[in-house]
Amino acid sequence: MSAANGSYARVPGLVATTGDRGETTLVVDPARVAEACLHLRDVERFNMLVDVTATDYLGWGREGVAGYMGTADGRDINGVPGTWTSSQGHQLVPDPKPKRFAVSWHLLRVADDPARVRLQAWLDEGDDVVSVVGVWPSADWYEREVFDMFGIRFAGHPNLVRILMPDDWEGHPLRKDFPIGGEPVRFSGEA
Amino acid sequence: MSVLPATRLYEGTRIPSPCPTILVVDPAKHRLEDILTVNFGPNHPSTHGVLRLIVDLDGERVAGISAVIGYLHTGFEKTMEQKTWWKAITYPERIDYLSFQSNELVFVLAIEKLLALETPEKETWMRMCLAELNRIHSHLVWLGTSALEIGAISMFWYAFRERDMILDLFEMVTGVRMHTRYFQAGGLAEDIPEGFYAGARAAAKRMPHAVDEYESLLDRNKIWLERTKGIGPLSADDAIALGQTGPMLRASGVDWDLRKVSPYLAYDEVEFDVPTYTEGDVYARYKVHMDEMRQSARIVTQCVERLEELRGKAWIADDRKVVLPPREELHTSMESLIHHFKLVTEGYRVPEGEVYVAIESARGEQGCYVVSDGGTKPWRVHFRAPSFAALQATATCIQDTAIADMVAVAASLDPVMGDVDR
Repeated sequence: MSAANGSYARVPGLVATTGDRGETTLVVDPARVAEACLHLRDVERFNMLVDVTATDYLGWGREGVAGYMGTADGRDINGVPGTWTSSQGHQLVPDPKPKRFAVSWHLLRVADDPARVRLQAWLDEGDDVVSVVGVWPSADWYEREVFDMFGIRFAGHPNLVRILMPDDWEGHPLRKDFPIGGEPVRFSGEA
Repeated sequence: MSVLPATRLYEGTRIPSPCPTILVVDPAKHRLEDILTVNFGPNHPSTHGVLRLIVDLDGERVAGISAVIGYLHTGFEKTMEQKTWWKAITYPERIDYLSFQSNELVFVLAIEKLLALETPEKETWMRMCLAELNRIHSHLVWLGTSALEIGAISMFWYAFRERDMILDLFEMVTGVRMHTRYFQAGGLAEDIPEGFYAGARAAAKRMPHAVDEYESLLDRNKIWLERTKGIGPLSADDAIALGQTGPMLRASGVDWDLRKVSPYLAYDEVEFDVPTYTEGDVYARYKVHMDEMRQSARIVTQCVERLEELRGKAWIADDRKVVLPPREELHTSMESLIHHFKLVTEGYRVPEGEVYVAIESARGEQGCYVVSDGGTKPWRVHFRAPSFAALQATATCIQDTAIADMVAVAASLDPVMGDVDR
């Protein structure tokens, strides 16, 4: 399956295209996701939306996060940050991200010339993004899951309510600032 | 913010609008005062776990339906962010507890893709062999429980007889019957025991006969045929629009199998066919499952042949920055001891990046989206669960069926609730 099948230069709102490890990522302007999706479905023939997910990059590259052991300048062994080659893989500070949340739509072309592409939009906290249920019906539950887990709202979704967590749950568990063991414990510490 | 208008997709679609997963009672077709709303589940023996369906009935006909999920949500994705990469491998198996090795495999493949790790040939063939045995195992549980729900009780015993044979093989190789944690980044956890070759060969030889036996019980059973043929239809266009994969898609006439479309492991080196049926009903899904078990047995035979040639070869990559050193070296080599200590306490580091790896599990496209920040723990892990996608088709498939057939249709979607709720 060719990941870089065709050129996506004509995708509306395209900000950047990256090809990493054989996967193509199209970063688009979050305000023009609807146009980009319609273009990808109708012109590029991506007839299946296999997945919608998001990532919270709060605290990305900060010391002590997600097992990251270095400082903001990397591990300074020989005095020249960034040039020391590690014996344990990559230990430098990861590339900064433009905004807090990345929403990714994984698209698939189910046809004789199969292809995959990842559409990505960057959002700050409180930003909405358009719902694509009208483009691919499979977006319905995926968008509800992203809303449930990250609190990202999809404008125009016909039924944007929690899906995995209880209806009265507070907070969005997959955000990085959602504490582990964050459920209030009754009687603990009460006099 | 521009909002997309809720439009009908194309002529002839049965997908409800505006919300594709909720069928609302149509006042033009039903008298609203005749509608009886019934709660089905979440605790019901035929929900394959804890699925709740809210059904609006007009007599015996389903006029409206919506599925409620989340009862088995355990926060696997959040938990995995707290674990080092090698510890996190234990979790994916518990997500889909019937095709555990597929889940484990897709996560390990994602780690290896980020690490750009070369793995030995023996490991590739063993992974493939176990993945296919696991597919048979998953289909057998599906067949046994689905038939049980339509009243064919004896099928359950026959299917579980063969399932036990496969679980015995898993036990021989890994020490446990389910949730094996046998795949590692770089290879396998242990070498293949000598008894496995003959056992797997015998299982692969047994399976086609066993499937013939199941079919002889079901294919001419009038009750089975009447309860499956023409029930819960899904067209090819609707299946694609609803993100269906695996047996669901192939039963709707779409010839699509990731093992053929984008071969991973060594699927391009084995011979097998992709069964496709066009009816899109419960019966077609049943036939796809049956044919797939035969094809998987074919692949297992080819894998065992190849593995026998690879006896004595390495079963894990020789990369001391990722793979634990051999146990005996710890007594003689300081360097190995340091590696062992670092790998167990801190874990290995995985280069920064994001990948999406998809494999064909027993119930369709099992995807794994992983983000690494270069540290020893995953920044984000997300599983694209085929059961989650399959349940999105409930409203489309179940509309206008009788309440009794609803159970047959829900079972044919092959949902594993652990996979749906994660």
